[in-house]
Amino acid sequence: MTPWIVKNLWLIPALPILAAGLSALAPQRCRKFSASLAIGSMVVSFLLALCAFAHTLQHGGHGAAKEVFNFEWLRFAAGDAGILKLGWVLDPLTAVMLVMVTFVGTLIFIYSVGYMAHDKNFTRFFTFLSLFAGAMLGVVIANSLLLLFISWELVGLTSYLLIGFWYHKPSAAAAAKKAFITTRIGDVALLLGMVWLYSQTGTLLFYDDGGGCMEKSALAKMVVQATGIGMAVSTGIGLLIFIGAMGKSGQVPLHVWLPDAMEGPTPVSALIHAATMVAAGVFLVARVYPLMAVSDISDAGRLFFSNTSPALQVVTWIGAITAVFAATIAVAQNDIKRILAYSTVSQLGYMMMGLGVGGVAVGMFHLITHAFFKALLFMGAGSVIHGCHDEQDIRRMGWLKKYMPITFLTYAVGMLALAGFPLVFSGFWSKDAILHSAHGWSVSQIPFYLGVAGAFLTAFYMTRQVALVFFGSNRSRRGNEADHSHPTIPPPHVGGYEPHESPLVMTAPLIILAVCAVGLSAIGTPAWPWFQSFLGQHHGEGGFTGEVISLMVLSSVIVFAGLGVGWWLYGRKPIQKADEPDVLENLPLGMHAWFAKKYGVDELYEMTVIRFNAWFARACAFLDEWVWGGVVLLVSSLAVGFGFVSDAFDKFAINLGFDQSCDGVTRGGKLMSRLQDGRVQNYLRIIGVALVVLVLFLIWGGGK
Amino acid sequence: MNDLPILTIITLLPLIGGLIVVGLGAEQKGLARKLALAFSFASLALAMGLWKQFDTTSGELQFVERHDWIPTLGVQYFVGVDGLGLLMVMLTAIVVPMSLLVSGRINERVPLYHALVLFLQAGLFGTFTALNFFHWFIFWELSLIPAFFLVRLWGGPQRAPAATQFFIYTMVGSVAMLLAFLAIFVATGKFDFIELAELGRNGTLASALAAKLGWYNLNTGPLALVIFGGVLLGFAVKVPLMPFHTWLPATYAEAPSPVTMLLTGVMSKMGMYGFIRILLPIFVSQMQMPKVLATLQWLAVITIVFSACAAFAQRDLKRILAYSSINHLGYCLLGVFAVAGSGGIAVNAATEKAAALNGVFLQMFNHGLTAATLFMFVGFLEQRSGGLHGLNDFGGLRKVAPVFCGLMGIALFSSLGLPGLNGFVGEFLIFKGVFPLAPWAAALSVIGLLVTAIFILTILQRVFNGPLNVKWAKFPDLTPGEIGLLLIPIALMFVLGLYPRLVLDVINPTAVQMVEQLKF
Repeated sequence: MTPWIVKNLWLIPALPILAAGLSALAPQRCRKFSASLAIGSMVVSFLLALCAFAHTLQHGGHGAAKEVFNFEWLRFAAGDAGILKLGWVLDPLTAVMLVMVTFVGTLIFIYSVGYMAHDKNFTRFFTFLSLFAGAMLGVVIANSLLLLFISWELVGLTSYLLIGFWYHKPSAAAAAKKAFITTRIGDVALLLGMVWLYSQTGTLLFYDDGGGCMEKSALAKMVVQATGIGMAVSTGIGLLIFIGAMGKSGQVPLHVWLPDAMEGPTPVSALIHAATMVAAGVFLVARVYPLMAVSDISDAGRLFFSNTSPALQVVTWIGAITAVFAATIAVAQNDIKRILAYSTVSQLGYMMMGLGVGGVAVGMFHLITHAFFKALLFMGAGSVIHGCHDEQDIRRMGWLKKYMPITFLTYAVGMLALAGFPLVFSGFWSKDAILHSAHGWSVSQIPFYLGVAGAFLTAFYMTRQVALVFFGSNRSRRGNEADHSHPTIPPPHVGGYEPHESPLVMTAPLIILAVCAVGLSAIGTPAWPWFQSFLGQHHGEGGFTGEVISLMVLSSVIVFAGLGVGWWLYGRKPIQKADEPDVLENLPLGMHAWFAKKYGVDELYEMTVIRFNAWFARACAFLDEWVWGGVVLLVSSLAVGFGFVSDAFDKFAINLGFDQSCDGVTRGGKLMSRLQDGRVQNYLRIIGVALVVLVLFLIWGGGK
Repeated sequence: MNDLPILTIITLLPLIGGLIVVGLGAEQKGLARKLALAFSFASLALAMGLWKQFDTTSGELQFVERHDWIPTLGVQYFVGVDGLGLLMVMLTAIVVPMSLLVSGRINERVPLYHALVLFLQAGLFGTFTALNFFHWFIFWELSLIPAFFLVRLWGGPQRAPAATQFFIYTMVGSVAMLLAFLAIFVATGKFDFIELAELGRNGTLASALAAKLGWYNLNTGPLALVIFGGVLLGFAVKVPLMPFHTWLPATYAEAPSPVTMLLTGVMSKMGMYGFIRILLPIFVSQMQMPKVLATLQWLAVITIVFSACAAFAQRDLKRILAYSSINHLGYCLLGVFAVAGSGGIAVNAATEKAAALNGVFLQMFNHGLTAATLFMFVGFLEQRSGGLHGLNDFGGLRKVAPVFCGLMGIALFSSLGLPGLNGFVGEFLIFKGVFPLAPWAAALSVIGLLVTAIFILTILQRVFNGPLNVKWAKFPDLTPGEIGLLLIPIALMFVLGLYPRLVLDVINPTAVQMVEQLKF
């Protein structure tokens, strides 16, 4: 007997989707209706998610309990092999994600009521937001790669709609398109991986009482077979799926869309491009982890899983490179949201690296803690932008801690959590677990050092941001003109330009998230690794061994170094004017310029891929118009010529007269000229003549 | 079985309707419109009845009627439908009234126009139900001639060359096919598709051809190949398979939008239908020759990738959608050619083949529905802008016409293959089946999926997003009537995307049976 909550798990995504459907039909003026519908559905989903979570708790967690509900979706061939099933699964991984997505989602929905209050398309916003939440929850509960893919694409669609929400801005419209297409590159790889997986295992269900594609017999089939280029089939499929995850989770080199996605309204950035959707790639890798980790099979049929399997090595390297690469770019950005965007890319790299070296629990723990504090940071940034009248340039802010105390305090909590401030902040523990696993990785120590460098940079750029935004002097455009002789004294009030704290509907979610950013540290420390054992991936010693402690000390030192250098450069002697050069511009080799222009990746793509694509498209069009068209012209003139010849032959052969034949030629010429005006009867005649000739020929040939 | 010759009735109904309408005076426009609509709705009702009575447990031909016609030539009147035929009849019955309902801009020679559309419909019904070459070919041509006049008389400024090109092209294909079938008839004395398929499967077709014809001392193999090539050409032009496609963009762009709906919605399916019903069963051994198969598969890949890229380079909405149509049918071609081949790396080839074939059937229907709907939207755009349909003629329309944008957005995303809408299921099944059968062809074809996304989003970006083009500040949104009209296809897109069993249950037995018969 399937428990009620497992059987009805679909309600969790279905409720927000239903809310989206209803509010899509509602006219624009039904603002309250739409917002309360969206929030209400999310709250109910959250309660259901809690039920699901409680259910998995009761059944012990430890990753073992996978309860599934599968059903037939369609039939495409004969027999059982032709039944395509979909389904959902309730296991600790799903339960944790469900609670996180619905909880953070609810808070962001509430926050949006304040943030979007003045927007004309308020109703539409909540429609898209609900649709997004439903699709994301669909990704989470899916027990079939196909259902996951379907939800995954819907998530991409809603992301597209929300990035381009202010569609009248050409930059927003372009960013939306870029996001969709870049992630679609990953998606087609995922599609290929999926059909390959399907053809190998005959199922797309992850778990199906031993018959699923993530279960033993299917994995055994895939690990023994080799592809054409030597790697195991399981590796090939795993890598294709990982490319899909790279697109969604903004891993290098498919990261370019994520910073541009900041064109969307800030709650969207918080929900989709920080807490949930971008984590979907990480979640996907966690979901297909057995496939990624399977490395060998013994003669007795026992499967070996290892964090050094080829697929996981790729995951680790890509993650580690992304973590540092994006962090260096974040150092030199001036847009408050773009800094956070690159920070997100970098943290997603950490998560991937955590999955690669440490397993599902390590990567997922960072995913969960990051979701809370990054949502907090984005919503804090939104509050800042809101309070500063849509200013996003941190050089034009400053001294905001006086104007927005709640925002400042909560932002500081988020910043310390992200930086990994020791002991009391969740980010410290989750990042430390990754570094610890990387330290123990047998393939190479380089990812570990990259991770350490990334940790330093993270602490550094966050300190820079906070120093410039909340400390120093107010450098807003209007304030600057009024007075810049007294750096620490706020400028006199000028019209509506004084920054202001945001309303309670926006600050309350900030406070709740800040509490979570601290509180979550309790569940995943080495002393009590509840989270890790809940996800069933915690093995071995635990507790504070000497190695753990020495690594903790090391990472604390790194974090303090980052905070210290950041404060020394930006906090100690704050800049006075918005256009002062950045102190880092003194770095050797023009490094700062490279960071600031994001290593020129966009330009590189512009010059290579995009230009090639445009060129190729034009070449195709040209080929079409002139070469194929030319062939057609040739063929049609041949047909005309044939008609002419046969016409002439007719006259000549039958009448046997030269005059007549001349006539025939003339008539043929006329015929040809008439052909140009496209009269049908002529074509019919030509074709008729040709037909008769060919039939005669045929019968003559047939009679022979 | 029902004794009512329902397939004959459904074919004759629009023919009779056309004859009545064409007799109306030029000034009786309203009556002509109403009558034509009434006849097309009657056909729709009949098709729905057919759908309802169809036995979904069987892949056999149903509603069969068979009468001797010209016994001396072995010509029988032989009609019947299986899942595929039924699906195509249904598609025709849906798209024709859709097209008629948006033909309001046609104001010249109204009765003639409507009569031609009805003749076209009769030709289509006949093509999708006939099982004897003799009258099948009559219907095949019957659909071509009204289409030519519809483009030639009511098309855009460049209609004359476009119609000419269309006509020459399809006529050359038809003639090649006719000759090929005459040759077959001379050799075997048969016109019956089912019997010919039997001969094709057991190899007697090729030897009979060699025994009776023996041109230029051609051996059995090459001779059969020549005949095969003739039939192939006929269908390849119609679908089209590159490089036999150059008539299409010009024709689709110049034809009035309601006619383009018919051309892309249903007429392009005639070629696909021919591939599956005629070419694949009869010439299976020719298609399975490694060189032929490889060539065809690569041509399909080229069709998919090139047409998507060419669409991206266009600056005219109708031409973009025209190339997009080529692209979408390219997936169908790829599916059919993969099914014709051997097992590839498939663990269970029969399952994969059935998947691909089901995917092809679904894709044919879905493309018909989606492409027709998209051209309907283009028609609405033209109606509001005085005939403009350039990619850069608009801009920011979402602000003034949000409903228009929303609904057209759904249709565009359906064309892009977004899961949850109809387009995805067919494409997924095709790739699911083709990948193990022809891995590299499938892997390269996904480029088409990617580029499709690019040009579809470009349409959304240029036409609907960005700052509002001041010229269109008064652009009217969809009227309630238009919304009502669109609701049916849009709802179908959702239904088939979420509950594809509605169609799959009808076609699956047919696909399974076809795959079984293809075994070699």
